[in-house]
Amino acid sequence: MYRTLDRAVVRDIALVCLADTLVGLSYGAIAVGSGFDPWVPIAMSLLVLAGASQFLFVGMVAAGASPLAAAAAGLLVNARHLPFGLAVGEAVGPGWRRVVGSHLMNDETVAFALGQREREAQRAAYWVCGVAILVAWNAGVLIGALAGTAIGDTDALGLDAAFPAVLLALVLPSLRDRGTRHAALAGAAIALAATPVAPAGLPVLLALAGLLLAGLPRVSRC
Amino acid sequence: MLTIAVTMLAAGTFALRFAGPALRSRVELPAAVEALLATAAVVLLTALVATASLTRDDGFAGIARPAGVLVGGVLAWRRVPFVVVVLAAATTAAGLRLLGAP
Repeated sequence: MYRTLDRAVVRDIALVCLADTLVGLSYGAIAVGSGFDPWVPIAMSLLVLAGASQFLFVGMVAAGASPLAAAAAGLLVNARHLPFGLAVGEAVGPGWRRVVGSHLMNDETVAFALGQREREAQRAAYWVCGVAILVAWNAGVLIGALAGTAIGDTDALGLDAAFPAVLLALVLPSLRDRGTRHAALAGAAIALAATPVAPAGLPVLLALAGLLLAGLPRVSRC
Repeated sequence: MLTIAVTMLAAGTFALRFAGPALRSRVELPAAVEALLATAAVVLLTALVATASLTRDDGFAGIARPAGVLVGGVLAWRRVPFVVVVLAAATTAAGLRLLGAP
């Protein structure tokens, strides 16, 4: 499976994993620094394996919110995985692979998979990226939670700009298609407009309305 | 309470992740619908790029982060290798912050 991937793609995945490890270090350190026992960030990273919702959960509980409310907010942030799964279900595979592979789903695995042309390469990119991020993220969080404040502020390293740039670089080839580009730009505008008023996670889901505005004519032509 | 909340978030997230592949395996979809689903994923990822680049909490993200993503985006558009794109985005944002940009 690994061999069906370009060496360049493997190198790109490795870079994303390095960045994920650094953010994981920071997440572990921040969670423990805001009063959680180390098992909380470590267990969450294994079982939830979704960075944005984990940061939100820890931040809300540390600020005094009820853990159940924080879990609900985290689920809203993670709701985008449902449409992601509809798009990459084929790459995940059947049987036990569907159970394990579903857990590996995240923004980067989906973007790397969609970036490949052939079915076989899509599956390979999905699994290689998914397993690599699982390992990288959990290693980072484990060390961060146990060693404490090794990396406090990943913004100083510019990692907050690196992650959107990763996704942008991966979706750009798809955006060369006009219909897709219109749908995506309309959706991005909707998400930006909704961000000040909607809870975290919802703006991105609302972006799917962009599909109705600009995506349908292209499909009906097919 | 904390254990219940973590379990709830983990189980719910898994259900959300599992639902898509499970549904896909039950029905044979026409090519047009498959294309629409792939477009939907691109729309979601683009919206993530936009919100993660430009907003922090409910407000504007400042200058350094959008500038970094913009530099990365321009390089990616010109088909510069991925590694350079990502490092340029991070270095731009980090450098602007060193210079005191928000």
